[in-house]
Amino acid sequence: MNLYDIFDYLERSPIGEAIRNSHWLFPVIEAFHLIGLVVLGGAVLVVDLRLLGLGLTRQTISRVTNAAKPVLLVGIAMMFGTGIPLALSEMIKLYYNRSFWIKVTTLAIVLIFTFAVKHPLIRNENTNRFVLFFIGLASMGMWFTVAGAGRWIGFSS
Amino acid sequence: MYPIVESTHVLSLMVFVGTLFIVDFRLLGIAFKNVPISELTSRILPWTTFGFVVIVSTGLMLFYAIPIRTYHSIWFRFKVVLIVASGINAWLFHRKMTKKPVVWNNDPVPPLHVRLSAAISVLVWSGVIICGRMIAYNWFDCDKQQPGWVQFLAECRAEDLIH
Repeated sequence: MNLYDIFDYLERSPIGEAIRNSHWLFPVIEAFHLIGLVVLGGAVLVVDLRLLGLGLTRQTISRVTNAAKPVLLVGIAMMFGTGIPLALSEMIKLYYNRSFWIKVTTLAIVLIFTFAVKHPLIRNENTNRFVLFFIGLASMGMWFTVAGAGRWIGFSS
Repeated sequence: MYPIVESTHVLSLMVFVGTLFIVDFRLLGIAFKNVPISELTSRILPWTTFGFVVIVSTGLMLFYAIPIRTYHSIWFRFKVVLIVASGINAWLFHRKMTKKPVVWNNDPVPPLHVRLSAAISVLVWSGVIICGRMIAYNWFDCDKQQPGWVQFLAECRAEDLIH
């Protein structure tokens, strides 16, 4: 079983089938995917701006990160909860879609980066502030890439 | 060109409503409870304004690209009504905040009327996002026979129909 077969199998799943057979489901789920994007985007931006020395500068970096974390997790949950059904409805299209592969690759990297590198380095009080500055830049760049490539899935074929 | 402007519109949505929701979540008392409200409004809202400028500019360009169909779209019309409604909500809130000294600046959970404004803001902007996304779909376009209420709201003209 190769990757194409897996995508083909998922495209035939009941959820994918139901979304394809409805005029409304795809657009409505897509709209909630966008609402998830702003929840996630807000949580990412307050922390990344703080790492760049902007925004909530009167609070420590770890305080801003901790305060934003529940919002971040809710945002990620909303994105997966809506994004997976959307993907299931058009797996074969996505298999051939370059933007989709850019998006999911960057997404995997930024998720690992966030929880395995960014958060531990923020918790560590000895982390150099230039390192933190570049972490903020990298995080913001990767999340914008995920969002932009995601939007581009609909334009490229 | 259109896809680039459209993508910028979505990325600025992330900045504009993303930062706005952070302030709203604070006003609702569900996040950033130990940060004074004035600090969020003075340090985060400028980013909201920045996002707003970009999203309005790109939004006007998108409208200008497809003006007649968009003008007659009921989704576009709902969206404009909701944006005006949220503008009034925000104006009333800021008037309240600047009129007398704010005693609830450090409250983890602000008073009910403050939470109400924030809840309205979150709901109305979510409605704006939903309506905005739906403009792309043609279910209610005037080129098809539409029920009376759609023809009324969209101001469909007889010549729009494709026979």
